[in-house]
Amino acid sequence: MRQDTKMPAGTEGFATAVALPASVESAGAAVAIRGLRHSYGELLTIDELELELAPHRVLGLVGPSGCGKSTLLELIAGLQDPSLGEIQVAGAADAGSRLAHCAFMPQRDLLLPWLSAIDNAALALRNRGVRRGEARRQAGRLFERFGLAGFERARPAELSGGMRQRVAFLRTLIAGKPVLALDEPFASLDAITRAEMQQWLAGALLADPRTAVLVSHDIEEALYLCDSVAVLSARPARIVEQLSAPAPRAADRDEAVTDPAFVAVRERAMQALRDGAG
Amino acid sequence: MKRRLLPVLSIAVLIGAWQLAPSSGALADLLNLESFLVPSPAEIAESLWQSRSLLAENTWVTLREMLLGLGCAIVVGLAFAVALHLSETLRLAFYPLIVASQTIPIIVIAPILVVWFGYGIGPKLAIVALLCFFPIALNTFDGLRSVDPEATKMMRTLDASRAQILWRVDAPTSLPYFFSGTRIAVAFAAIAAVFGEWAGSDSGLGHLMLQDNAQLETARLFAAVLVLSAIAIALVGLVALAERRVVTWR
Repeated sequence: MRQDTKMPAGTEGFATAVALPASVESAGAAVAIRGLRHSYGELLTIDELELELAPHRVLGLVGPSGCGKSTLLELIAGLQDPSLGEIQVAGAADAGSRLAHCAFMPQRDLLLPWLSAIDNAALALRNRGVRRGEARRQAGRLFERFGLAGFERARPAELSGGMRQRVAFLRTLIAGKPVLALDEPFASLDAITRAEMQQWLAGALLADPRTAVLVSHDIEEALYLCDSVAVLSARPARIVEQLSAPAPRAADRDEAVTDPAFVAVRERAMQALRDGAG
Repeated sequence: MKRRLLPVLSIAVLIGAWQLAPSSGALADLLNLESFLVPSPAEIAESLWQSRSLLAENTWVTLREMLLGLGCAIVVGLAFAVALHLSETLRLAFYPLIVASQTIPIIVIAPILVVWFGYGIGPKLAIVALLCFFPIALNTFDGLRSVDPEATKMMRTLDASRAQILWRVDAPTSLPYFFSGTRIAVAFAAIAAVFGEWAGSDSGLGHLMLQDNAQLETARLFAAVLVLSAIAIALVGLVALAERRVVTWR
């Protein structure tokens, strides 16, 4: 039943199957946020926020519910414009360019129920005018590498939660953007599937380093998947503390999260979260 | 088995009671069940058979009015739904007007349409389209409004243009709504075509009903009603079939 329990064989090198835009390394920071303030109507949601993220690094954003971390992610991805301050993604500051440089993976998988798994994964290619046959061929190569072979023609309703999330991640990757914006990608999964998916994503990111911003309410998940984690305060969101995750990221999740160094950082993050919740 | 048997059974009981009621004396006296007022099922069946070519001729006229009117209603209804969905200005300007269009009694508008379009199929099409347009436009519009804003965001980050979002997300989301609106419209179409013919025509089931009513040809009048219902049921069935073929993800 659980086809999604095993690690996909050979996630390495899946980037080669997708034409990526020119490298952003030359631009310095992949994501740079300066003096960011954002209000929703009268409500100040983000206050004086500064962040910088180097290319091919993964940044986690954790904070209490409703603190504005998802809003921050939407701002970075160019889905909204900030009230004040500047957000640069790959050197570009306007919302349109940020949108062009970020691929967004929403909390729910949001697979379109009328499209097969492969057509869902290939949406970005189709939007760019790639013909259906060619788009399916490109997406199909990644299906095998992601352990989804045989499910290309399945409708989303026929897939397990973990598989749906994997198709959603594939859809984000195939967009071929330099920055991935992941909004609590595994929040809707049960605990066991979530742990498996975390391990799977860690493997995928290890094999093909990407610049990514991951929003999570789960400190453990953020520390396991990210290179650094910014702990946000309650609304209006500020950065309470920025922590480096214990490196190197271990392949085995259970081993990684019980490592004494990992536990120590987790406790510090927990304390920062409490301080910021005030 | 039960699904097929029960409706057949209920109709059979109804027809049986109807057939037997006039011979029951007291009930017949109470309801005034004379055959020129309420013909028996047997009389209706007989009339249906005897006037079959006349009924078929007029059925074809009415069916054509219904189908062409429905076609217009679907085209105009979809156009309105999409326009209102895409433009807030149009939404604010036209939404009340669309609702108001449904409150115009046909007897007010029918003579005007006859003067404008003449005695031909024109005014009937206009009336059918006017009545059927509403459930299609409103339901489809509701369907378009029900699109998950998160899905729209997701598509935007995947470089989708507004037109691509409309085609790949909005349209499929609203399809089931469109079909349920169309089912309602089909039932409206039958009664609208008859109303249209009453306003002025020389053929069609509605025209036949008027004549039969005047000439106390009650059995044939009921036969015409029966044919009209059968058409409506068949069309609703066709729409349901089309929906099942198109909306495969539900």
